[in-house]
Amino acid sequence: MSEDQIKNLEKEFEARIARDEKIEPKDWMPEKYRQTHIRQMSQHAHSEIIGMLPEGNWITRAPSLRRKVALLAKVQDEAGHGLYLYSATETLGISRDQMYEQLHTGKAKYSSIFNYPTLTWADMGAIGWLVDGAAIINQVPLCNTSYGPYARAMIRVCKEESFHQRQGYEIMIKLANGTPEQKEMAQDALNRWWWPSLMMLGPTDDKSVHTAQSMKWKLKRKTNDELRQQFIDQTVPQADLIGLTVPDPDLKWNEERGSYDFGEIDWDEFWQVVKGHGPMNKARMKARVGAWERGQWVRDAAMAHAEKKEERKQKQAV
Amino acid sequence: MSTKNWPLWEIFVRSKNGLEHRHCGSLHASDAEMALENARDVYTRRNEGVSIWVVESKHITASNPENNGELFEPAQDKVYRHPTFYDLPDEVKHM
Repeated sequence: MSEDQIKNLEKEFEARIARDEKIEPKDWMPEKYRQTHIRQMSQHAHSEIIGMLPEGNWITRAPSLRRKVALLAKVQDEAGHGLYLYSATETLGISRDQMYEQLHTGKAKYSSIFNYPTLTWADMGAIGWLVDGAAIINQVPLCNTSYGPYARAMIRVCKEESFHQRQGYEIMIKLANGTPEQKEMAQDALNRWWWPSLMMLGPTDDKSVHTAQSMKWKLKRKTNDELRQQFIDQTVPQADLIGLTVPDPDLKWNEERGSYDFGEIDWDEFWQVVKGHGPMNKARMKARVGAWERGQWVRDAAMAHAEKKEERKQKQAV
Repeated sequence: MSTKNWPLWEIFVRSKNGLEHRHCGSLHASDAEMALENARDVYTRRNEGVSIWVVESKHITASNPENNGELFEPAQDKVYRHPTFYDLPDEVKHM
């Protein structure tokens, strides 16, 4: 194709997106659109998969059967969400194995929040309430994103995710209304997860390299700072309601803006964790790669079994 | 030992009797039976289905969007295929 032809196709493509038309897998798309989507969608899938690890840590120690079935169902949903997203990403021409390879070699990133440890049961509450809360704020606008398979996957994810946040908040309510030790445990979890949850919504707008292009492609419909403000405004009253204190001395309602002002985020910490120096980066990768390697013989055996069955069928047919 | 990867399957789910099977996504499985089992876990965790079809993706032939003009445009100027094309006297109420 000549450069002029590509320019024309690009123009037509941008116009389709501006008209809110969806792009489907076999449609022509600029290479950069494809690559950006592969990067974001696979990171999203990886985050769901790694995101099972911090919570999986507490399944066997859930305090009641009610809590245990809920946590099991939530972790299973995350596996499912990872699978929806991986298969949606595969429609862009990357294989599942390539994506795993990128995750396992550290070439692909996942949400840095999962590199923090889950020290107490209250962390299950804080994760559901705050981490899933922030994730929902991030994900709801993606239900309208321009790439059809991504938008469809996100609709399923969002439908399922709201129970995740509610079960987390319920855990926090129970602890906050419990013994002084239980309330302290809930407060401690909020203290540890608050700032990482704010960081989870991404670097500030002036530092975010992908925002402008992603807004144009509707891969992003609100900026990181807008999403963060929305998260804070919605979450602070929920903390107040159950008598927990958001660990930010600068947090203050701003009557004029109709929003909360908040303190400085420690972006050095964020970048340290992104670069692999968070408390749990190594442990997460070790658990993930280990699980993949230990499962190799199962995958091979299943394939060998399928081939043997197929051969037998063909022999009988002759 | 085979190092082949599990093939990709397309999943279709009928949400209730009386409705058609609809494509809902894809997954990897070593054979059709496993594809069915995995589809049940991945796509019907909340009563989304009463029946599942699995088809190995390589067996699907898809039209090319580049040919959309010749495939679908001819239908656009055939308004006489729609009932509103035909004039009826006002007195005729139901037709």
